[in-house]
Amino acid sequence: MSDTPVTYVRTQMLDQQAPPTSEVGPVRWVRENLFSSPMNAILTILSLYVVYIVLSHVGPWIVNGIWNANSLTECREIIATTGDGHHSAACFGVISARWHQLVFGYYPSELYWRPVLALVVFLVGIAPVMFPSLPRKLYFVTAAAPFLCFWLLWGGSIWLPISIALGFGVGIVANKVLAEHVSALAAIVGVIVLPLIYWILLAGPLAGGLASVIPLEIEFVPSRSFGGFMLSIVIGLSAIVMSLPLGILLALARRSDLFIIKTCAVVFIEVIRGVPLIVWLFTAQLLLNYFLPPGSSFDLTLRVIIMVTLFAAAYIAEVIRGGLAALPKGQYEGADSLGLNYWQSMQLIVLPQALKISIPGIVNTFIGLFKDTTLVVFIGLFDPIGISNAIRATTEWNGIYWELFLFIGIMFFISCFSMGRYSLYLEKKLQREHR
Amino acid sequence: MKKTVFFGALTAAGLAAGMASAATLDDVKARGSLNCGVTTGLIGFAAPNAEGEWEGFDVGVCRAVAAAIFGDPTAVEFVPTTGQTRFTALASGEIDLLARNTTWTMSRDVDLKFEFVGVNYYDGQGFLVPKALGVTSATELDGATVCIQTGTTTELNLADYFRVNGITYEPVPIETNAEGQQQYLAGACDVYTTDASGLAATRAAFENPGDHVLLPEIISKEPLGPLVRHGDNEWGDIARWTLNALITAEELGVTSENIEELAATPGDNPEVNRLLGTEGELGAQLGLEADWAKNAIMAGGNYGELFEDNIGENTAIALARGLNAQWTEGGLIYSPPFR
Repeated sequence: MSDTPVTYVRTQMLDQQAPPTSEVGPVRWVRENLFSSPMNAILTILSLYVVYIVLSHVGPWIVNGIWNANSLTECREIIATTGDGHHSAACFGVISARWHQLVFGYYPSELYWRPVLALVVFLVGIAPVMFPSLPRKLYFVTAAAPFLCFWLLWGGSIWLPISIALGFGVGIVANKVLAEHVSALAAIVGVIVLPLIYWILLAGPLAGGLASVIPLEIEFVPSRSFGGFMLSIVIGLSAIVMSLPLGILLALARRSDLFIIKTCAVVFIEVIRGVPLIVWLFTAQLLLNYFLPPGSSFDLTLRVIIMVTLFAAAYIAEVIRGGLAALPKGQYEGADSLGLNYWQSMQLIVLPQALKISIPGIVNTFIGLFKDTTLVVFIGLFDPIGISNAIRATTEWNGIYWELFLFIGIMFFISCFSMGRYSLYLEKKLQREHR
Repeated sequence: MKKTVFFGALTAAGLAAGMASAATLDDVKARGSLNCGVTTGLIGFAAPNAEGEWEGFDVGVCRAVAAAIFGDPTAVEFVPTTGQTRFTALASGEIDLLARNTTWTMSRDVDLKFEFVGVNYYDGQGFLVPKALGVTSATELDGATVCIQTGTTTELNLADYFRVNGITYEPVPIETNAEGQQQYLAGACDVYTTDASGLAATRAAFENPGDHVLLPEIISKEPLGPLVRHGDNEWGDIARWTLNALITAEELGVTSENIEELAATPGDNPEVNRLLGTEGELGAQLGLEADWAKNAIMAGGNYGELFEDNIGENTAIALARGLNAQWTEGGLIYSPPFR
């Protein structure tokens, strides 16, 4: 060691320097994501140009939109007097003038509160199913919701939905009594047969009798008055709610070892799935009319709801069958080794796992189903597309086009996007494997 | 075996449906309202307004028939039908009367087993072109691109017309009238062809209607009229003579304004008196009240008033009477006498 001072050794740390501007923040992000190579730079510029072109045309059209016109002619006059002459403008006046028809169809305007209340009842009813953290007592609302919604939407005597609901009570009682006193098989048969007998023979007279004793009714609204998004939502939600249990039963039946049950399920699924929905809708609209006795005006909307439900159930069944097939055999055997019977093992072990796997597929089917409700326009129902045609057929709004489709598109996007988000939430919440 | 029984039962039910619907008037009276099939929306002919009430020229026919039966023009249930569902809806008994700008053709009358009760609008297929194209006759359209609705008689008429005249065209298939308007305005086709009434309505909705002209050629006959099922002639008579009453009323100068007066103080024109039920028993012959025709006319006015209110020259559609003028004024609208 010498005494020569070591010239090149630092005695203190340098202050930390900020990284070069090209390596941080937005500049770096832009460099890495948009201009990482000459090719990407060209593509970026081209894309920006296209976005600019689209926005520069659509933007002013939307921003300058006229909201307070009562007819297309009036709208054009306003554009001619106030516009700068270079940009076209949308006529959103059609939406402010006819939004109530696009949303409620021809439902009597003084009764709009009824479909709104029915939607609230539905949402409260479905909340405990969708968000398990809510109080269990809400399940009472869930059980009452279908009947309450039916009554609110169509109106009439309250005794009809109540006497129909009693049929389920008959089923539950029959199940308990027969299972305890006769046999499990008798219970299954009784659950199906007794309520059917009740519905066919007793429900109608009972409702009529009760109504004559205590008349309790609100104004009846025929299905023909239903339209717009209300119709889509009524058809879509009823079909979604009813097709899920039906689909689960079909999926279980298709995997059953019992030959007849299995064959019935396979035939049902393949026939329903093998024919386009539009054909089933035409069947509901046209063919059934020939076969039903004259004068029995079986409501068209109900016919459509049943057809859409059956159609969706066939798809749901296949989605859930996929979930069932994905479960390792050990799960089934484990359930058996615990001594659980078939329904217990399905309910406690198999289905919770299979349904969790199937969530994306199920929600996917539901979203498709909801959008498919617009097909009813072809059998003369006034869904949003049908309403837009009817609006265009009036002298005030003949010739309007994009504004209506834009509105309908946005409404459908909101509905379907929220369904997709809920599915993601559910998947995250139920994730068990890789935490 | 089971299936055979099932289908047998279905057939029996279908036959029962056919037989039971024989007395349509009784069914309608029992129901308390007329089920009238209309289009899901055609400007001027049938469409619900902002309040959801149906309005239009075809709707006027429905209301007149309802008024003739019940004395109440609102005793109608309007059943919207599409081009595909209209005939089945009528055949199956879902509707009692179809007033949906339907062209009277032989096969519809004979093969489909319907009965057209008259013609309420004589239409024909025409051409709409931009003025800038400089075309004055359809025969100059050689090589033109034509927007045309697929699966309609207009498509076949067009092919026939161009073949007969030895000229060529390029079809641009469209699905609905609204789409046709957009395609035509966007320049996807040189010519738009459909029924002349529809073209007039379409042109009226353009931003600059003056930039487009209807060519003089009408290349097809499209007599539009209400129709009922075969097999119930009494019901067909009611629909037919209600339409005739509207037409006769115009011919005789009976309007919704002077009808009360004419009915209250019968004049010395016997045909007016017979029409309004103050003389003779024409209503009873149809199984209706004596003032059936008066009610029908009061529902929306006589034929001319219905025309002027819904599609006439003072409306946005601005159709001239043309072929649809009374026979006394050079048109084809003609009713057999009320005698």
